[in-house]
Amino acid sequence: MGIQIINDKCVGCSLCLKTCPFGAITVKDKKAIIDLHKCNLCGACLPSCKFKAILLEKPQDQAEKKDFSAYKGVWVFVEQKKGRVQSVSYELVGKARELADKLKTYVGAVLIGNNLAMEAQSLICSGADTVYLAEAPELANFLDEPYTNVLVSLIRKYKPEIVLSGATIIGRSLIARVAVKIDAGLTADCTGLDIEDERKILLQTRPAFGGNIMATIISPNYRPQMATVRHKVFLQPELDKSRKGKIIKESFPINEMASRTTLIEVVEEVENLVNLAEADIIVSGGRAMGGPENFKMLHDLAEVLGGAVGSSRAAVDSGWIPYSHQVGQTGRTVSPKIYIACGISGQIQHLVGMQSSKIIVAINKDPDAPIFKVATYGIVGDIFEIVPALTKKFREVLGK
Amino acid sequence: MKMNIIVCIKQVPETTEVRINPETNTLIREGVKSIINPFDMYAIEEGVRLKERFGGKVVVVTMGPPQAEAALREAISLGADEGILISDRAFAGGDTWATSNTLSHAVIKIRKELGGFDLVLCGKQASDGDTAQVGPGISAFLDIPQVTYVKKIEEIKDNKIRLERMSEEGFDVIETPAPCLLTVVKEINEPRIPSLKAMIRAKAAKITVWSAKDIEVDAKDVGLSGSRTTVVKIFTPPQRTGGQKLTGEIPEIAEKLAGLLKSEITG
Repeated sequence: MGIQIINDKCVGCSLCLKTCPFGAITVKDKKAIIDLHKCNLCGACLPSCKFKAILLEKPQDQAEKKDFSAYKGVWVFVEQKKGRVQSVSYELVGKARELADKLKTYVGAVLIGNNLAMEAQSLICSGADTVYLAEAPELANFLDEPYTNVLVSLIRKYKPEIVLSGATIIGRSLIARVAVKIDAGLTADCTGLDIEDERKILLQTRPAFGGNIMATIISPNYRPQMATVRHKVFLQPELDKSRKGKIIKESFPINEMASRTTLIEVVEEVENLVNLAEADIIVSGGRAMGGPENFKMLHDLAEVLGGAVGSSRAAVDSGWIPYSHQVGQTGRTVSPKIYIACGISGQIQHLVGMQSSKIIVAINKDPDAPIFKVATYGIVGDIFEIVPALTKKFREVLGK
Repeated sequence: MKMNIIVCIKQVPETTEVRINPETNTLIREGVKSIINPFDMYAIEEGVRLKERFGGKVVVVTMGPPQAEAALREAISLGADEGILISDRAFAGGDTWATSNTLSHAVIKIRKELGGFDLVLCGKQASDGDTAQVGPGISAFLDIPQVTYVKKIEEIKDNKIRLERMSEEGFDVIETPAPCLLTVVKEINEPRIPSLKAMIRAKAAKITVWSAKDIEVDAKDVGLSGSRTTVVKIFTPPQRTGGQKLTGEIPEIAEKLAGLLKSEITG
């Protein structure tokens, strides 16, 4: 197992060199050499070789076939806060429906909390066939250990073949712990999910290297196959009030619901009322904002548009706006319908956090700012003149 | 209360320099510098601050090729006491399951040598993989409590740690017993700049190197063969290209943009 260059076939053409994300390939004496300390066995070099001189053996090529016929169903871990199901969970139920139809199986939704009967019903209306409802006062709020125990125990009992979760703060914390406990493969932040026709396995596509390359990942030898997905990657399904499904109430012994960590308090920050990850429209400000007082102008525009306010790292580091608003590599990744970048130059660290937005509007006085390279609509000019003019116009057009 | 703190870090390419060659559509990686994963800088700083407050020791551990030693030296220049490099060809190609498993074995060995630990600190995610899965994975293997996305440690008393975990709406105040694992976000602190003296000391520091055998991990459970997932395809996504420039007098531009966006906003 591993990777090797077949020297008889290699002509030293160097085509593979540039495809290596890890800079692990060099050419010496007209033969490619792979530095195995740097190589990550990702396989990015394989398609570049016209002479089929790179051989990569992966473990599943050799693995014996395991029998997974007992594993059925596409599950979603449903995230609720204060008894309300989060939008990303509905989006995933919609996607799970599509995957389950391809696999000719059912959609299961796992809902953990307290007093959630109404929410269980709307999951069925969104496409779930079975809702596994774990209700207890101890489970009302998310805590890593009891939620892990409940989900692990349900997965062991019902054996789903796929488990999906939102790539939220809660989802990412919980699912990674669950995957290790049940010995399953997990892929983070998928932007595409599909079923491979031949083996009926889950194809999980995600960006790597800040979105510079995409990777498709599988977990053929373990069950369930697990993946997380960010907000707004998939569409929220329409509610079908006539849909019927089962609600199975699950109860757990008190020791399984015990937690070593305790939740003392949930604090909601007023300025953070609009959830950046869920916002359809984001108005974002950068270094050119010049000071905290000028963010009011962005709040005004965001309010008219029904959106949220974001910012670049420069504005956060200058102390003009709290970190929770930061979009980009060290902040949040967002994917709204419309992203309006005001006075943001567009450094790569910012771009990786917002370039999957559907429409990008960039306003900047530097016509050569990199942000214009990704902008759907670019406006060269002074944000202090343009932003208020936009607010005024949209107020008029939208009748607000 | 003296604290023994283990900080897990990763050496990553400085992604600002990763660019796509527009002609070949491939990554340009020549001359890309390696740095400590930006989020891990906050984990190192927090560990060092806790040590300075309570006494104890900060051990920094990384899994990677021999050149990842540089990341450990940098961590020592930032105040860590010891650097341990987990390096073995068997570790190559590991997914988050295999990596968490490897690091948890390293933590167990460090625990033995220190006679126990109070905290494992990680950055919330690595900038090259962005998964945020390795931290929770390590705590799952060790079966210790975890709190992710920590933005503030409020208080440490009687072996209890009170902290703030970031949430989409604000934050949660959580109390956890030690030992536990925390992953930290940028808001938690501002990493220091190392002094010249500290850099010289770090240059001379001894870095311990452990192989798969040293940490007593089964070779079939690490690297590519221990991975529960496998990459089957890598491709370059269509690059976003610049669109239309809106020009004219400002009211005219506003009018144009409103026309272009209206259906998207109301629809």
